[in-house]
Amino acid sequence: MGITSKKEFEKNDFPILEQYEGGSIILTQLDALVNWARSNSVWPLTFGTRCCAIEFMAVGASRHDMARFGYEVARATPRQADMIIISGSINYKMVPVLKRLYDQIADPKYVIAMGACAVSGGPFFYNSYSIVKGADHVIPVDIYVPGCPPRPEALLYAFLQLQKKIKREKNFKKKLVK
Amino acid sequence: MTNEQLIEKLTSAYPDAVVKQGSQYPEITVSFDKLHAFMLDLKTNSQLAFDYLVCESGVDYPAFIQVVYHLESTSLKHFLVVKTNTENRETPAIDSVADIWPTAEFHENEIYDLLGIKFNNHPHLRRIFLDENWGFPLRKDFKDDIHVVER
Repeated sequence: MGITSKKEFEKNDFPILEQYEGGSIILTQLDALVNWARSNSVWPLTFGTRCCAIEFMAVGASRHDMARFGYEVARATPRQADMIIISGSINYKMVPVLKRLYDQIADPKYVIAMGACAVSGGPFFYNSYSIVKGADHVIPVDIYVPGCPPRPEALLYAFLQLQKKIKREKNFKKKLVK
Repeated sequence: MTNEQLIEKLTSAYPDAVVKQGSQYPEITVSFDKLHAFMLDLKTNSQLAFDYLVCESGVDYPAFIQVVYHLESTSLKHFLVVKTNTENRETPAIDSVADIWPTAEFHENEIYDLLGIKFNNHPHLRRIFLDENWGFPLRKDFKDDIHVVER
């Protein structure tokens, strides 16, 4: 704990806090604080390409109400969104658009692939010239939700899984010292 | 006009065309070189008055590609299906009817996009859905090893 020698001080990534005894304890809890804040305010992008978008809308409506988990505001611009729900199949003409939307979301960003089409191409896997065989060919996906389309409960479960995943993150990890 | 009256009228007016009763509408098959004059007559003839092109589509057959026109007369309440075959499958070309029914412009664009039929005198023939470097995916001999998983 704290600073014991000059050499260790130089290795340290957070010299301001580490110069006080027990300063690193604040950092261990800072992760939990930041993740708590982030996981309870994940704003999805208003993005739907097929019938899964209808279920996505149902989740946003009052019966299921995704606002209970902090997903309340579907933003119309990627610059204000934290995550993207790929609700529907992605065709090859859509690929550059989806890529650009994902690139415009500010870090940290998360992706839920909702439904069989976004997971693997689904019913369009075989003999289809236009549908991408899974959205993870285009952008990295955090949570996969199977179903055609999934029930709103399944999407709510995916929201909870994503929150768990966000809460596991280490934002202030020490860099490897050579 | 009932279907029987329409078939009778068309057989007397166009003796070289094949007219028959289809499963729902009367069907007439005309050769591709007479198509444009025939279609113009269907619209301007006051007894036929086909003022509405309901649908235009393409079918891929082994020896030729067929274009199918569904026509309706909104004033006289009768329907007609016009079929015409291209000369070959390699360089399919047919006259555009976009100057007769403007809605045909987009229908023909889509047929060109998916089946590769070239429409003569079309105002702006282009790929509307697919990229320029794609083939024509609704043709039976379409092959794409990158995008298509065969089964």
